[in-house]
Amino acid sequence: MSLSGLEIKTLATGLALAMVGIALFLTFIRLVRGPTLPDRVVALDLMGVLTVGMIAAYEIAMEQPVLLDTATVLALVGFLGTVAFARYLERRGRDA
Amino acid sequence: MREQASAVLLVLGAFFMLLAGVGVARLPDLFMRLQAATKASTLGVGCMLMAVAIHFQDLAVTTRAVLVIAFFCLTAPVGAHLIARAAYAAGVPLWEGTITDEMRLSSRDAQDRSGENSSSAGNERGDGS
Repeated sequence: MSLSGLEIKTLATGLALAMVGIALFLTFIRLVRGPTLPDRVVALDLMGVLTVGMIAAYEIAMEQPVLLDTATVLALVGFLGTVAFARYLERRGRDA
Repeated sequence: MREQASAVLLVLGAFFMLLAGVGVARLPDLFMRLQAATKASTLGVGCMLMAVAIHFQDLAVTTRAVLVIAFFCLTAPVGAHLIARAAYAAGVPLWEGTITDEMRLSSRDAQDRSGENSSSAGNERGDGS
């Protein structure tokens, strides 16, 4: 059992990327066949968070710490998008 | 030791994200899906960014990772609350096995949720008469 650090890193990042990829696929299924519009908003919000996690795993795999800035910006934009969608839903529900 | 801790945190975070994806795909109700997506994905992204901070032992990377974790811990409940309130006001149907609906009990005049709910902004303001 003499796993070197490089092998552990490759194994962990590959496993993490595969798991987050499966989660992204399942969320995309909900995004396509969500019965209502809020279901799709929830799926889109979760896809943003999953993408941040995928960037984190890829950053460790590629040894590129610069990618963390991308994750920061994606988190900010994802929250703004969620707030905008919630505002839109509230106004549309009141009108209709 | 550092590599092992980073790898364990990374796989743990990815596992929680997988749980969030399974919950969003499989749960029967919008509000159940919302809580699965919010809580599990917040824990997952926290674990994965902590793995990043442990892997690169650098002050700039650690600062940014902690910043993103704090940002998620602040904004994920706010976003989930906004979506849930808007969806409830828009009349998204609950699961048929739902036992209690506390917002419905608190609003005496909203006997039908699919009807006119112009007073939905004052429901949680506590008109408990």
